[in-house]
Amino acid sequence: MQLRFTPEEESFRRELRDFFTTAIPEEIRRRNEEGKQQWPDDVVTTTRILNERGIAVPAWPVEAGGQDWTPVQHHIWREEMSLNFVPDLLPFNAGMVGPVIAHFGNDAQKERFLPATRNLDLWWCQGFSEPEAGSDLASLKTRAVRDGDEYVVNGQKTWTTLGQYADWIFMLVRTDPDVKKQAGISFLLIDLDTPGIEMRPIQLIDGGHEVNEVFFNDVRVPAENLVGKENDGWTIAKFLLGNERSGIARVGYTKTKLARAKTLAAQITTPVGTLLDDPAIASRIADLENQLLALEVTQLRVVVGSSDGKPNPASSLLKLRGSELQQEAMELLADIAGADSLPVAGPDAADANGTADVLSPEWAQLSVPTYLNYRKVTIYGGSSEVQRQIIDKAVLGL
Amino acid sequence: MEFELSEEQALLRDTVRSALTNAYDVEKLRAVTDTELGWSRDVWRSLAEIGILGLVFREEDGGMGAGPEELSVVMTEIGASLAPEPLLGSVVVPGSLVARTADDTTRSEIVDGLSSGARLLAFAHNENRDRWPHAAVLTDGAATTATDGTITGVKTLVDHGDVADTFVVSAREADGTVGLYLVPADAEGVTVTPYRTHDRRRGAQVEFTGTPGTRLGEGDASQAITEVEIAAQSALCAEAVGAMSRALDLTTEYLKARKQFGVPLSTFQALSHRAADMYVQVELARSMSTYLTASLADGDYDPITASRAKLQICRSGRHVGQEAIQMHGGIGMTAEYPVGHYASRLTAISHTLGDADAHLAKLTGSVAEWKMVTVG
Ligand SMILES: Cc1cc2nc3c(=O)[nH]c(=O)nc-3n(C[C@H](O)[C@H](O)[C@H](O)COP(=O)(O)OP(=O)(O)OC[C@H]3O[C@@H](n4cnc5c(N)ncnc54)[C@H](O)[C@@H]3O)c2cc1C
Repeated sequence: MQLRFTPEEESFRRELRDFFTTAIPEEIRRRNEEGKQQWPDDVVTTTRILNERGIAVPAWPVEAGGQDWTPVQHHIWREEMSLNFVPDLLPFNAGMVGPVIAHFGNDAQKERFLPATRNLDLWWCQGFSEPEAGSDLASLKTRAVRDGDEYVVNGQKTWTTLGQYADWIFMLVRTDPDVKKQAGISFLLIDLDTPGIEMRPIQLIDGGHEVNEVFFNDVRVPAENLVGKENDGWTIAKFLLGNERSGIARVGYTKTKLARAKTLAAQITTPVGTLLDDPAIASRIADLENQLLALEVTQLRVVVGSSDGKPNPASSLLKLRGSELQQEAMELLADIAGADSLPVAGPDAADANGTADVLSPEWAQLSVPTYLNYRKVTIYGGSSEVQRQIIDKAVLGL
Repeated sequence: MEFELSEEQALLRDTVRSALTNAYDVEKLRAVTDTELGWSRDVWRSLAEIGILGLVFREEDGGMGAGPEELSVVMTEIGASLAPEPLLGSVVVPGSLVARTADDTTRSEIVDGLSSGARLLAFAHNENRDRWPHAAVLTDGAATTATDGTITGVKTLVDHGDVADTFVVSAREADGTVGLYLVPADAEGVTVTPYRTHDRRRGAQVEFTGTPGTRLGEGDASQAITEVEIAAQSALCAEAVGAMSRALDLTTEYLKARKQFGVPLSTFQALSHRAADMYVQVELARSMSTYLTASLADGDYDPITASRAKLQICRSGRHVGQEAIQMHGGIGMTAEYPVGHYASRLTAISHTLGDADAHLAKLTGSVAEWKMVTVG
């Protein structure tokens, strides 16, 4: 056994840290730290800086612009991004459609889409879920009917994250309604400027707008935008969802939140010292730190053990616990804010007027909306219930 | 012992329930909470008409003479419907302080205005960075002070302070005691900075600079404040029980209606057992809310009892709010659907007058003082 990183890995880490802290503008990293990232600009800027250095999409195949890194190096890269408050890359580009096109696309598609996807010249969104097809994704109904050189698409997608900034959407569509439901699905790329597409915002409980409904009415899509073979979409979807899950534990991110919780608790005075001296809060933090450490070591075991690049069923464990711990960290921050978390905005309903101009600190005002928003992480990317089922079937053989 | 509502209490519950159910569904609620006021004057008037605004005040002052049990009954309905009307913030809390401390003339004048719905008060008490259960009026240089009847200081997180016509203000006197003052909102040297809360309510930060105020009663008001806060905790507990129980109903209805994999979600034991756990949490919360209410009805304003109840409410409320969202899936995250608003309200209640950590710390600090804990 060997717990420590090798000297080469350590110097790899230092190099990345130097790069992140010097090349990514300070104000972008600070905004990210404070939970006030500017959409979409901060992601675009960050992605282009990383891409110039060749490290925007290290997990892609080398010929597609990826890196020949070991799993440990990938892990270090991800960790250092989080620990230095580099904004997350757009998962739809970096973690989803890029790898799909690189693995399943034809040469023309690779050439056309990969460079632009890597550099975020093309912003993608994910059109999988439908109102009636959530956890039961394979029951999706959006139809694509072949008509000469085109598919005609009709139906509705929902929960399309950040679709308002997107140029293109990658979709699962039903191309054969007469076979077993998994067998009649295809993977299609659609330019959102095509006539017949309408996008409507959905407001979430934190008041923000990050998801949308998308309606398709006789949308004509060139058949060359089909990825893989017709009706092979489910295989591609499973490949994509496996990737989505493994990146979602976000241990580094949660670490930064717990560190922040400590800093803030130490600034809040109570009759007997600071909130960090309060045994209830202190033991809650200590407990979370320990649970996170257990997850980190587990993640390292998975990382070191995965050589063939295939999604490991243990990635469900990482998604399950990782998302729960993110939620607990946000809950802790909201409780540290206490009653100062109540105000969130000025009085004018018509304005999106940011935080209220009162003495409650800005971080405290953001804390409950963030806590509420983070209830999503155990729902999307395969809900916790779905992850448990995967563990039951694939690992425990139940 | 008796845990059922009396006939009159059940009638009160039904009356309030039908008034609020008629007034609010999720769309009307969102429309009303998006207005600048954030609540409805019409609903306020109808609450006045059925006597709810005067509920807790003595009959000789123009109130209904009802007690903590009736207030809990009403608050449970308010919680269930998420009604945003500021019964607690604008009437019960500041009004009870007046009722406990003011002279006869002031008291009946104010209670009369409150009961009819004509007046709106607010209790300006909390100071910046003064976490519950600390003094709320600081003892250091940042405290709001009263000098020869004029008030200077900043009060934060004043529940519905945006619409109050009069503030009940706590202030440190020169001798270190806490006094309560009545201050008209349009008095000289009053600055009101309104805000919205995450659960779509309203509040304000209020600054007083050499503002003249009228002293309510004599002597230290700390005991009156503590008792009114315990009454407010009890009301919040009851409100939370109403919210939790409605969130559970919404969840069980949804599990029966929503189909995935060709069957209703309710057929998945992984979910139905958790609905059962939610039910357990709602009922434990209801018990502790009842326990606190009953002890207040006995005239026993014990901070430890209040902490016990609020601890359970905070724990149950978190559990129920989070599970309700989770079991709804994506739809539970949307502003168009009510379940998230219940979770938000339950979170706000948990952060008002002490959260689980604060109450647990209080109980932990006293645990050596009793041999065992029993009802009664
Ligand atoms: C903020 C947010 C962003 C999203 N972004 C995207 C996106 O960009 N693109 C996209 O395509 N989708 C996106 N999604 C959709 C997401 O993947 C779905 O919400 C998720 O698959 C759950 O589906 P559902 O919401 O329909 O819930 P349902 O499937 O109806 O589930 C409701 C509840 O039942 C549970 N459940 C369902 N089936 C079972 C079962 N068999 N056994 C036990 N429990 C079960 C679920 O876990 C959940 O708790 C997003 C969702 C959210 C909330």
